[in-house]
Amino acid sequence: MSYSEKIREVIDGSDVALFMKGTPAFVMCGNSDRALQALRRAGAPVTAVDVLPDPAIRQELTAISGWPTIPQVFVKGELVGGADIVEELEQSGELERTLRERLGDDYGDARSEQTVALAGQA
Amino acid sequence: MSTDPLRTLLESAFPDATELDVIDRTGGGDHFQVVVTAPSLAGLSLVEQHRRVYEALSTPLADGTIHELRIKTKGAT
Repeated sequence: MSYSEKIREVIDGSDVALFMKGTPAFVMCGNSDRALQALRRAGAPVTAVDVLPDPAIRQELTAISGWPTIPQVFVKGELVGGADIVEELEQSGELERTLRERLGDDYGDARSEQTVALAGQA
Repeated sequence: MSTDPLRTLLESAFPDATELDVIDRTGGGDHFQVVVTAPSLAGLSLVEQHRRVYEALSTPLADGTIHELRIKTKGAT
């Protein structure tokens, strides 16, 4: 499978997809951390993808999303935004509303956090 | 780079802006915060509002002049 197919699979198959620099256990960028922390505060079930292992991951992600920067957050296949937007939405309470609308009222129960590696599997 | 060229790009993309600010966050000339409030952004989602800013700054984003960009947009005046 190509990167873009794998990226599509994560975006479309995850409740909340976070493309970030590093992993939740070892964040490599302040903005990725801002997005991750906002998602955690909202209790989002995050599926994280590290874009750093191969520059092609980021290029193909940006080709798909039309969004130039990292991190990128998707809820049920739809781009919600980068760190600034996710933080802003979390502070206004709108992030939780969006998650409830799209994932159901009990979305926080799962509260799972997983990391998907795209590189090295092809 | 200084904030002036970025401000010029944003001013031409948002001629109706009621608030337009470019801040060099670290003093190093590559980590910027931009603030844009413009009636032309009203009614757009935050994703679309930020896309307009990215479009306006596409050249300095693509050539690496901007290493990091924080964006704050508002649709109202």
